[in-house]
Amino acid sequence: MIEFKNVTKTYDGKVNAVDDVSFTVPQGNIAVFLGPSGCGKTTLLRMVNRLVPITKGEIFIDGEQTNSLNEIQLRRNIGYVIQSNGLFPNMTIEDNVTVVPKLLGWDKEKMRNRFFELMELIGLKPDDFRKRYPHELSGGQQQRIGIARAMAADPPVMLMDEPFGALDPIIRSHLQKEFLQIQKEVQKTILFVSHDIDEAITMGDQVAIFKDGRLMQYDAPDDILANPANEFVSTFVGSDRAIKSLGLHTVADLVNQLKVTPVAADSRQISLKTDLRQILSIFFNEGYEELVVVDEEKKPMGSITIQDVQKYLHQTNQSA
Amino acid sequence: MTNKRKISTFIRYFFYGIVLVFFLWAFIQGHFSIIFEQTDEFLRLLRQHVLLVLVSSLLAVGIAIPAGILVTRPAFRKLEWPVLNLANLGQTIPSIAILALVMTYLGIGFNSAVFALFVFSILPVLRNTVAGLNSVDPALKDAAKGMGFTSSQILFKVEMPNAAYPIMAGIRTAMVMNVGSAALAYLVGGGGLGDFIFTGIVMQSQEYLISGAVPVTLLAICIDFLLRFIEKITVSKGLRRSAETAEAS
Ligand SMILES: Nc1ncnc2c1ncn2[C@@H]1O[C@H](COP(=O)(O)OP(=O)(O)OP(=O)(O)O)[C@@H](O)[C@H]1O
Ligand SMILES: [Mg+2]
Repeated sequence: MIEFKNVTKTYDGKVNAVDDVSFTVPQGNIAVFLGPSGCGKTTLLRMVNRLVPITKGEIFIDGEQTNSLNEIQLRRNIGYVIQSNGLFPNMTIEDNVTVVPKLLGWDKEKMRNRFFELMELIGLKPDDFRKRYPHELSGGQQQRIGIARAMAADPPVMLMDEPFGALDPIIRSHLQKEFLQIQKEVQKTILFVSHDIDEAITMGDQVAIFKDGRLMQYDAPDDILANPANEFVSTFVGSDRAIKSLGLHTVADLVNQLKVTPVAADSRQISLKTDLRQILSIFFNEGYEELVVVDEEKKPMGSITIQDVQKYLHQTNQSA
Repeated sequence: MTNKRKISTFIRYFFYGIVLVFFLWAFIQGHFSIIFEQTDEFLRLLRQHVLLVLVSSLLAVGIAIPAGILVTRPAFRKLEWPVLNLANLGQTIPSIAILALVMTYLGIGFNSAVFALFVFSILPVLRNTVAGLNSVDPALKDAAKGMGFTSSQILFKVEMPNAAYPIMAGIRTAMVMNVGSAALAYLVGGGGLGDFIFTGIVMQSQEYLISGAVPVTLLAICIDFLLRFIEKITVSKGLRRSAETAEAS
């Protein structure tokens, strides 16, 4: 659990880069810091591992005030990933990944095992990469290694500053999904900086939206989309926020809430796991009247129409 | 890039070839006779020459690298400019003038010669150390700090290894230059192979000239080779690609 209490940062006595920010990130959640350039996301993130000293206020990690801890020990217990990956070009991939365990004095055997484990986790063949150097890897592979390195000593907390920012959109969305899969297993408490609303919706259990260093809203993504706290948030998330919010729900959610009509005609089949934003685009692009929902065994359960999606959206937005 | 590199390698070996041909020709002409007639004297001068180069270079490296590290620490940044300028001054004063100054104030002998050589070779090492350390990507230092490296771990595990290529190149430049400059040591009574060369000049004797000059050239080439080899083993393979591009351009 990470708790921000009235945190303020003033650089050189000028305006506040972070201004009296308070919120709590529960254990095992991803909180995305979102906002326009210069709103203080990086500053707030770097105050957690004390790369930036706090001007006023306190930050607690699992109840312990960060300022009361030794800063070197504190940092070794927090995973840190940056946009430009920061891999050490002079070290092999294995040395890069096990750099923090080495600082912590693990023995060779344990480090080797951990390296193999992490590489499996991020989906790269350990033996293919062990002896290679960062410049021999693609951008996406380097970023994965950067994430593996941050997780190496199994820190309970991770800080990620636009970790996928430098990648092209296709690889970015691939890595986002892959990372969520990993997070399901490892259950870290993660602070994740982004300036992309779509990324925030995909990645965040909570989203914190900032403007000029002040916290505008801190809520789950669908709450932010359904009920923006003010003008700024509503403009920032965009006028298509209703459609964006569909990306957070799946066919299974819809089927649970609405009765599906029995299958009338043969049509395109869709699985329960498909998100509703995709469903909408299937309706628009492929011109079906209705789609057939099938369960895990591919047995038809019923069919849905575009009106069902609309109805579902209305109901959830009212209840949120 | 690789083409440029090939050309530069070719030029280097072409040069070695010319040296070799000249060497053979001079040998056949009997220009190395002094080496055979005064072998003991030759070996003494050679040893002296090598010692001049080694002692002065070690001193220069021992002072310039720590100084380079010091002036790139945030707390001592302000020193970077004056220190580099001081070293530049050492370089701009003509060698002969330095020798004259050294002789005036330190007298003659081995130590004076070492001191003069030391002054010449500080700059290349210092300049390359500072440039190398400054060229390390700040994101690397930030990542290291964020992962809990202490300041000295950042210096020794991140900054120095990543600046190793330019630093080693600076040392190589300084030492190769030093082999040539050490021939002037004779003028301040420092000995070395300059003894043969200046005797050759005074006596207009090709035998003395060649017996002094050719070994100096060979020594320079050997040191260049040796240091390139040391470079290969000390600079990480992960940096080689960028190092090669830097060298060729
Ligand atoms: N070291 C510093 N010294 C002075 N001012 C700084 C420093 N770092 C950041 N700032 C200022 O603090 C404000 C917040 O910067 P910060 O880097 O936290 O923004 P950000 O939200 O991460 O922006 P971006 O999306 O562009 O990365 C900016 O106005 C910036 O100019
Ligand atoms: Mg930032």
